[in-house]
Amino acid sequence: MSRQFVYQDDELIAKPFNWTQMGRLLGYVRPYRKGVAKVVFVMTAFGMISRLAIPLLMSIAIDRAIRPKDGPGSVSLLLWLVAGMLFLYGLRWWAQHYTIHHTNVIGQKVIFDLRSALFKHIQSLSFRFFDKRPAGSVLVRVTNDVNSLQDMLSNGVVNSVIDIAQLTGITIILLALNFKLGLAVMITVPIMFVVSSSLRKRIRHAWQVVRIKQSRINAHLNESIQGMRVTQAFAQEKENMSFFDGMNKSNIRSWNRASALNQTFGPVIEVTSAIGTLILILYGSYLIQSGIMTVGVLVAFVSYVGSFWEPITRLGMMYSQVLISMSSTERIFEFMDEKPAVPEKENAQRMPDIRGDVRLENITFGYELDRPALKGIDLDVKAGMSVALVGHTGSGKSTIINLLCRFYDTIEGRVMVDGIDVRDVTLESLRSQIGIVLQDTFIFSGTIRDNIRYGRPDATDAEVEAAARSVRAHDFIMHLPDGYDTEVQERGNALSVGQRQLISFARALLADPKILILDEATASIDTETELRIQEALGTLLEGRTSFIVAHRLSTIRNADRIIVLDHGVIVEEGNHEELMKRPGHYRNLVDAQYRFLSA
Amino acid sequence: MDIFRGLKSFYWQDKPFLLGSVLGLAAATALGLVYPLLLRTLIDDMILKGKYEGVLQLALLAVGIVIVKAISQFVSGFSGSRLGNRLAYRMRNACYAKLQELSFSFYDTARTGDLMSRLTADIEGIRQFLGFGLAQLLNTVFLVLFGFGMMFFLDWKLTLLIVIIIPVLCFVAIRFEQQIHPVFRSIRSAVGRLTTSVQENVTGVRTVKSFAREPFEVDKFSVNNTEYSERNVEIAGVWARYFPAMEFIANFSVVLLTVVGGWRVIEGQMTLGDLVAMSSMLGIIVAPLWTLGFIINNYTMSKASGERLLELLNQPVAVRNEESCLILDDEAVKGHIRFDDVSFRYASREDQPSALAGFDLDAPQGSVIGILGGTGSGKSTAVGLLLRAYDVGEGSLTLDGVDIRHLELQSLRRQISIVFQESFLFSTTIKENISYGVPEATMEEIVEAAKLAMADDFIRELPQGYDTIVGERGMGLSGGQKQRIAIARAFLRNPKVLILDDSTSALDMETEQEIQQSLRQVMKGRTTFIIAHRISSLRHADEIIVLDRGRIAQRGKHEKLLRQPGLYRETYRIQFADRPEELDQAPLDAAAGAERRVTG
Repeated sequence: MSRQFVYQDDELIAKPFNWTQMGRLLGYVRPYRKGVAKVVFVMTAFGMISRLAIPLLMSIAIDRAIRPKDGPGSVSLLLWLVAGMLFLYGLRWWAQHYTIHHTNVIGQKVIFDLRSALFKHIQSLSFRFFDKRPAGSVLVRVTNDVNSLQDMLSNGVVNSVIDIAQLTGITIILLALNFKLGLAVMITVPIMFVVSSSLRKRIRHAWQVVRIKQSRINAHLNESIQGMRVTQAFAQEKENMSFFDGMNKSNIRSWNRASALNQTFGPVIEVTSAIGTLILILYGSYLIQSGIMTVGVLVAFVSYVGSFWEPITRLGMMYSQVLISMSSTERIFEFMDEKPAVPEKENAQRMPDIRGDVRLENITFGYELDRPALKGIDLDVKAGMSVALVGHTGSGKSTIINLLCRFYDTIEGRVMVDGIDVRDVTLESLRSQIGIVLQDTFIFSGTIRDNIRYGRPDATDAEVEAAARSVRAHDFIMHLPDGYDTEVQERGNALSVGQRQLISFARALLADPKILILDEATASIDTETELRIQEALGTLLEGRTSFIVAHRLSTIRNADRIIVLDHGVIVEEGNHEELMKRPGHYRNLVDAQYRFLSA
Repeated sequence: MDIFRGLKSFYWQDKPFLLGSVLGLAAATALGLVYPLLLRTLIDDMILKGKYEGVLQLALLAVGIVIVKAISQFVSGFSGSRLGNRLAYRMRNACYAKLQELSFSFYDTARTGDLMSRLTADIEGIRQFLGFGLAQLLNTVFLVLFGFGMMFFLDWKLTLLIVIIIPVLCFVAIRFEQQIHPVFRSIRSAVGRLTTSVQENVTGVRTVKSFAREPFEVDKFSVNNTEYSERNVEIAGVWARYFPAMEFIANFSVVLLTVVGGWRVIEGQMTLGDLVAMSSMLGIIVAPLWTLGFIINNYTMSKASGERLLELLNQPVAVRNEESCLILDDEAVKGHIRFDDVSFRYASREDQPSALAGFDLDAPQGSVIGILGGTGSGKSTAVGLLLRAYDVGEGSLTLDGVDIRHLELQSLRRQISIVFQESFLFSTTIKENISYGVPEATMEEIVEAAKLAMADDFIRELPQGYDTIVGERGMGLSGGQKQRIAIARAFLRNPKVLILDDSTSALDMETEQEIQQSLRQVMKGRTTFIIAHRISSLRHADEIIVLDRGRIAQRGKHEKLLRQPGLYRETYRIQFADRPEELDQAPLDAAAGAERRVTG
């Protein structure tokens, strides 16, 4: 089998019914229970009663007014009855309007609450949570999984109550109208139940297969659109088409199967209910023949039996939906149960204004327990100093930065800022005073101005511009169609990597942090811009403690202190001149670069 | 209907299914109307007359009719869904093929989300309408004609009275459609905004957290969440206004029938059975009329979907094969590239100056060309033209003396390997990612390419080695690791022309140097273009071109450029200021002085 592309599937198979999960979910409906009670009352009291009473009125109209056994018909009685029907229909009109409107308002509120709670909770989670999950899977929880509960929580809850009430009502009426005929007709209910639930199980399963295949197609489409340039450059269009054709075919096959099964449902139910009709006609006319029952009652029976299957089918559908929703529910609560890996202490204080002294004391840390990323790191940085971190990929440079911002907590040792353990202060007060420029800048959709202002929303336009000027971003911004008000979309795809990086510099500068971190921030910037940044760096670093992770010598060389890391341990420390004087990692690194140049 | 004519090629060969879906539904409906007639016979001819002997036959007939009706219903639904599925399959393949064909200039402005929704939601819209909506629409028309015809036959005076509700219902249905349509659209865009806000938040989580902006993100999300919620309530409002009203109108017609019909029965102008049958028929006829609004809405939405799909399918392709294009013989290609006075301007930025102007370059087989320049100086444009991502505006670009516009696109691109500035990995194994474009590559060749790209070591350390799945849903790799896989991919292809577009930016110094070493081996006999910011990458090029705003500012070898004032020397100073011995004296002193000025 070709492994040209591999898409891992989200699990979609229905979970068994789980009372605890369901209870938790219904907990979100609890605040609105009064509203739900009102809707159910209105619908049962007015909507349903009218529905049940009308066939009764109709049967009275036939037996008493239109075609009474004894004597002539009565137009005036007919008019009265019809007026009654009209009144009940009017009542039903109002009741339905009320129900539909309020059911949806409540349902939307519940969904809104659930989605907000989920999103808020996700915001409180730490990097560890995001490390192990692709962005897509988090997105799916907040959008699709919550949406799939929408119908169940709005119409589902209310309709189920109403349907059960209606079924009970019809059953009572049928039995009251004619006990034997009622009982005879209801023999079909268990048959219907068995037939429909077995069929529905297969249909449910078939649709799940469709959904899995569809999400695979979506994943591939998304990826192939984004990677189209690579595909075309490598002339892989034909290969892609034949891969997609296979995917598409298998998707359509699953659709064919599911829709064929789906199409059998209605006819099968109808044939089953024909058994009820058969009984009704045969036994009903026998009862009339024997003089036990009137024609009007038979007509009423026909009408009631007709509206008997509807709630049964709907309840069955509802149950199916609940089972499908179980997996969404489970996934949502799985997220809700995640605890932040970096918790705030209950009595956490605000971090006072930072001066900029940073101390790492004997730090040991690992992303996974058995693979330490840092081992016994000690580092003392005085306020205003610039520190360059040098080393291979995986030597622990970025890890030091992650701990400093408290994106993770140390396993041993502690991180102190101005003599305060970072675990004792609130995350917000700590991080808002630390600025960080990452290698892969994230640009949010919105204007350039909003993006620069991200770290300090109250900055004035003049301040935004000043920040952009000092990192030399102003010129290119002014060349954009709408200057600072240019809207950027899809992570700023229209900008070059270097331009995005400049915006990120401006963003960090505007936030005016006391500690500034540049994590491979200049890697993607072109030479000309780098020259400018070099000039700007002086302004940028002035009066701040700074940590610079960089691959380029030009950026590293000017640091007050250079820390060379290797496999999570500090192997060398000093400024450029000091380190160049003695043989070691750093000098080898620099020499190699020059040797290469002259070779 | 123009839209559906435009899409005809996607469904017309399935005419039998179309016919099956319409006729099946019509048959089912017609049989549904027979049931009330049976009821009438039961009441009028049997019960009221006291002739009970025919009841069993009648009951069995009723069951028989139900069975036939069920079968026709199934035939209709089955045909409709087959039609829809096959249509969706063909359309999706056609759109996908079109996406493969569209040029880079299309993707410069296209949005992924928009294209995605065309290939998913829009195709779904058409499937729904042609598969089910159309049959329902035709069925409603049949039903009304049929049903009222039969009622007319039973009692024409009464029927004429009842017919007046039809225009009323149609009017209400159309009003409903008019109101619900804009709401559906606003829901669609609200969903889009909600999704975007979550997606950005999750992908930008590092930025969010480092600026401690979670509360702001929650607020921003809340706005979108509220918007989405409100739109849903709005749609429920329209629904709440119309659905009960439609039902009332339908019920009203039954009441009207009962009172007038009942009066006529009392007067003896009509039988009770006729009345019961007519009221039962009326119930069957008005039922689909409630959904008329939805069907109309389904139609207008699918029309809009069809428009969007046709727009995509008819999108002009900027770069395409000429009719009598030349297919290159892979063995015979040498790789001699010549740019002759080439100018180019992006279609999407017509108001701006040319991205490249008067560009001349001669790169014989096996030569190495280095390109240096600032953002927007035209570096990537130049190699894009070589790849025929765009066609040159003026001048000509030749491969072995043949203008590349005369060459078959795929055969041209087969000669070229490129590593893009932003490395893109597909969701598959590392092995497949490296052998992308060379399906016949052996494992040894793959490992060899990975070794040359300094990727072998870290790949082996991954849990599943070369079988580790990467990409959006796979294992997260660092920028440097992704770049190395992209480089290995380009090396494996064994191309005549190799292009490295700023492809080592995320690597640490040592790794970059090691890759430079392998490059020398890989570049042998190939024409290579290196775009880079690091002098160390450009140093050995046969010719280095310094671009400035689309024009060649300087050109020559490393030593020559070092002697000229300009961007190249400036860059050199920044990057190598501490190694003065390597340079000859003259520019050196200036360099040292400048360095002190720059760094303070």
